[in-house]
Amino acid sequence: MKIINGILLISFGALLVYASLGLPNRGDVDAVMHREKSPTGSQGASSYYIRNADKDANTPNMVTVILADYRGYDTLGEETVILTAGLICFLILRRKKNKS
Amino acid sequence: MLRYKSNLIILMVSRVVSPFIMLFALYVIFHGHYSPGGGFQGGTIMAASLLLMRLAAGREIAQLQFKTILGTPLGSIGVLIYFGTGFAAMLSGGEFLNYSFLPFAGFTAAELRSLGILMVEIGVGLAVMAILVAIYDDLLEGYPHD
Repeated sequence: MKIINGILLISFGALLVYASLGLPNRGDVDAVMHREKSPTGSQGASSYYIRNADKDANTPNMVTVILADYRGYDTLGEETVILTAGLICFLILRRKKNKS
Repeated sequence: MLRYKSNLIILMVSRVVSPFIMLFALYVIFHGHYSPGGGFQGGTIMAASLLLMRLAAGREIAQLQFKTILGTPLGSIGVLIYFGTGFAAMLSGGEFLNYSFLPFAGFTAAELRSLGILMVEIGVGLAVMAILVAIYDDLLEGYPHD
């Protein structure tokens, strides 16, 4: 059983490595996601953010603008996830106080 | 199992270091507009300073700094700050979380968005800090401390 698990893991890892070979290089200008326009001709999101982040939100840090302004729903969801984790720890682990 | 023993050196060093960690956490939160950082990172550093006092001084003394019962309510308040920012923008005529419609007079739209980002980051930092400390306290619940 252990041998089968090992073979499965190794073959899955090899599949992942093979798949990662097809990805474009980091910073490749010709890659589709780094182009200014998508293949259908509409403007890409990343180039819009880079051009307009400082102008739109008066904030030099582009990452903050994307995280909290353009992608505000995403961050709200993340925060809700953290709150849920805390509440569930509270519900599972906290005990009632024994007044003895 | 290792028993907790009060150690004077650890206690003194933690007492000196903890406020500086808090100051750095505030810097990370409020300077997130200009440098790497923001609510999540700052809240984590703030929680680290509180947990340092909990580890060094024991649970009873650390209650003076941050009470256990405050954890979950403060986390909820952080989420409410975030949600309220988005909701205030919605009430004054914009979309949900569109900060340029926030009801503050005398700001341009870009400045309002900058302000909205700051409010949101404060909410995130508060929630992350409180929830991390609350999880630590919950895990220690019922453990024979000291």
